Amino acid sequence: MTHNFRKTLALMTVALAAQSAWAQKTELLVYTALETDQLKAYSESFAKMAPDVELKFVRDSTGVIIAKLLAEKANPQADVILGVAASGLEIFKAEGMLAAYSPKGFEKLNPIYSDKARPPTWVGQDVYAAAVCFNTAEAAKKGIPKPETWKDLTKPIYKGQITMPNPASSGTGYFDVTAWLQLFGEAEGWKYMDALHENIAQYTHSGSKPCRQSGAGEFVVGISFEYRANDVKKKGAPVDIVFPKEGLGYDIEGSAIMKGTKKMAAAQKLLDWVASKEANEAYAKNFAIVAYPGLNMKLEFVPADLEKLLIKNDFAFAAKNRDKILTEWNKRYAVKTEPK
Amino acid sequence: MSAVLPGSILRLRVHWTDRIGNALLATAGIALAVFLLAPLAMILMKSVEDKAGAFVGLANFEAYFHTPSLLHSIWNSLWVSTLVTAITIPLAFTFAYALTRSCMPFKPLLRNIALVPILAPSLLAAISFIFWFGNQGLLKAWLGGSQIYGAPGIVISMVFATFPHALMILVTALSLTDARLYEAADALGTSTLRKFWTITLPGAKYGIISAWMVVFTYALSDFGIPKVIGGNFNMLATDIFKLVIGQQDFPKGAVVAIILLLPVAVTYVVDSYVQKRQQALLSARSVPYVPKPSRAYDWAMAAFCWTLAVLMLAILGMAIYGSFVKLWPYNFSLVLDHYRLGLVDAGVIVSWFNSVKMAFWCATLGAIFIFVTAYLMEKTRGLDPMRPFVRLMAVLPMGVPGMVLGLGYIFFFVQEGNPLHFLYGSMGILVICTTVHYYTSSHLTAVTALKQIDNEFEAVSASLRVPFWRTFFKVTVPVCLPAVLDISRYLFVNAMTTVSAVVFLYSPKTTLASVAIVNLDEAGDIGPAAAMASLVVVTSAAVCVVYYFLQVWLDRRTQAWRA
Repeated sequence: MTHNFRKTLALMTVALAAQSAWAQKTELLVYTALETDQLKAYSESFAKMAPDVELKFVRDSTGVIIAKLLAEKANPQADVILGVAASGLEIFKAEGMLAAYSPKGFEKLNPIYSDKARPPTWVGQDVYAAAVCFNTAEAAKKGIPKPETWKDLTKPIYKGQITMPNPASSGTGYFDVTAWLQLFGEAEGWKYMDALHENIAQYTHSGSKPCRQSGAGEFVVGISFEYRANDVKKKGAPVDIVFPKEGLGYDIEGSAIMKGTKKMAAAQKLLDWVASKEANEAYAKNFAIVAYPGLNMKLEFVPADLEKLLIKNDFAFAAKNRDKILTEWNKRYAVKTEPK
Repeated sequence: MSAVLPGSILRLRVHWTDRIGNALLATAGIALAVFLLAPLAMILMKSVEDKAGAFVGLANFEAYFHTPSLLHSIWNSLWVSTLVTAITIPLAFTFAYALTRSCMPFKPLLRNIALVPILAPSLLAAISFIFWFGNQGLLKAWLGGSQIYGAPGIVISMVFATFPHALMILVTALSLTDARLYEAADALGTSTLRKFWTITLPGAKYGIISAWMVVFTYALSDFGIPKVIGGNFNMLATDIFKLVIGQQDFPKGAVVAIILLLPVAVTYVVDSYVQKRQQALLSARSVPYVPKPSRAYDWAMAAFCWTLAVLMLAILGMAIYGSFVKLWPYNFSLVLDHYRLGLVDAGVIVSWFNSVKMAFWCATLGAIFIFVTAYLMEKTRGLDPMRPFVRLMAVLPMGVPGMVLGLGYIFFFVQEGNPLHFLYGSMGILVICTTVHYYTSSHLTAVTALKQIDNEFEAVSASLRVPFWRTFFKVTVPVCLPAVLDISRYLFVNAMTTVSAVVFLYSPKTTLASVAIVNLDEAGDIGPAAAMASLVVVTSAAVCVVYYFLQVWLDRRTQAWRA
């Protein structure tokens, strides 16, 4: 009796173990700067392609994710980096932190939006570009004119009406700063920011907040990016989206495999998804410009020719000088103690 | 031969079960050393290392003191905390005075309303003030031309958040008065004002100092409020967050943590000195003070208290209202969008489940650990060298700001070589950290309850050779159950709202509601942030109701002996 019982128990244990091994999913730790409202759709699309891989996300602003990955360089935790700015990915590439991999179907993607090396260390997904939200309802009350250019924003009438993301924490903030430095030249660029600083009410942690604050009328002007601008306007906020005439700073959202990951097969599956048409269709719902040619869908409130408005962005410049630019920025503007 | 005798007599008197008690106490002591002392020590170590872990002496401190923006935060933190304290204490004192020394009606109701802020995450007040006084706030006009963002918003939000903490201490302090002093004064024809200055204030002196310290420490170390409503106004607590999370600059974060620990350490030393003097205020012959009705005075007090109570409900109510408004300030129709789309569909709601789970474990395992440790300290014998250490560990957490504790936890548990490294990123580390963070108040509650029970019980059981756990389960636990429930509820409510320590410790699998509020606000999603804050309040309130009925039921079953 006891013997039998033991035997049954042993059998059951084996069966259970086998079953759980069967059902065991590979878990990937993914560091991402994607917006929370995009993550869900992307994970669902990926789950259809690779049901045996489970994604666990560490999500934060671009600057935070970059800082975290660099801090963990000696002992990397992440398996894959998903949707992080190219200016950041270029730093990791230079530091030798990425594993090169050419995903299935990579040759179909527009090569200008991915790493130039072959096989590539990172694969581009989409482009996100600067956009300025302008609250027409509040502007009318205050008699504030709609800005057309970056230079307009330094006019005294905008004093205390503008918010922009902090470039140290936000990818959007960082490409704004590097775009101005490239557009106006280094000396003039800093002079421009000095003037703009006089009008800034708050530097925010994330690139989304300025547009949401503008949408809520907290501040009239929010320097943000086109996905969030489109989203805020779609939800019914009385904003106009301004694409300043001088040209728009932008960055590419890309993905990469961390060198030394113990889950290479699963990580490659995720990169295969990143380069797939299905994934690019999902990006196209949020971004006007995606890596897979021919998918560009027009976003409701973003002009179809957004690509023509972009500046010629030198990612090597943005990546190489990141530390220097942020130190200078902090020295000049971090002591904004009293919001005026 | 005779030399062995005293030893053997001693051995005879020690029941073998006492050894188990000693082993348990030693375990508790070691646990406290590992989960409190070691993380704090790691902060000191990190502050003298560079990012790669090499010893650099005081270089980090030097770099810190050469960064004007960071230095400015010290000044900001100090003056804001001082101002918050200077506003909160008189308000809370008057409220407490009305509760204990007047005959105004509805005292229990007023008291409960005044304690409501405890149920809310500190961020709720900040969110609510944005709805009231932000640039699109309903009462923006009241501010004249100035803005709520920055110091003004921080100060009023903190007054709201700290008020109940001060109130509880002051009510206790004002209840401890000997009515005979007032009778004597009346007999001598002393004026009311003179009685207040010579009897009331001196009597409540220690309570006031205590409340002062608690409020000051809270204001100095809270990080949620300046984060949400501070705009670009930097304080020490937000600096730590920026340095550690934003720039991953752990050594500098450690430096700020030590600077944050300094003023808190001073207040802490003063407070523990005061606590020692506080005892023996009441003697066995004291007569409790019973207020006499006085119409005008009672009405004035009631007016004051109701004003504050209404303000508090307005703050709470606005956050809840804001969580239903479709698109502030352009579409005030009430919808569930922020809950449905913002929390459930966006997957943020998981954080709420995690918070409830964590709060549950704190309220059960945490409460049991704290109570059993307090019991072992109070009621068992032996292991004398260890006792002062455990006592110190039990009161130390009061003086450690949450952010500092959380930072110490990362430093300590992130190391690969640490045998406890497996805790890193788990639910366990959140439960342990939160229990330690709120250890002191819980411990003091347990000790007070245990002191009510005559030590004779233990002496008698020992002489009857009954193992101590029988006395523990038959006498101690039933008698102390109300206190255990108090501790459990206290831990639950605080675990639901705490941000400062856990913001460093959560992992992708253990995101928490309070942290979600911070993240939602960072992205500018104020509607869902308000929704999550409201959800936390409702959860805590519901749990308090459950505790209340549990208490009533228990009183009936176990507390009949008190009558």
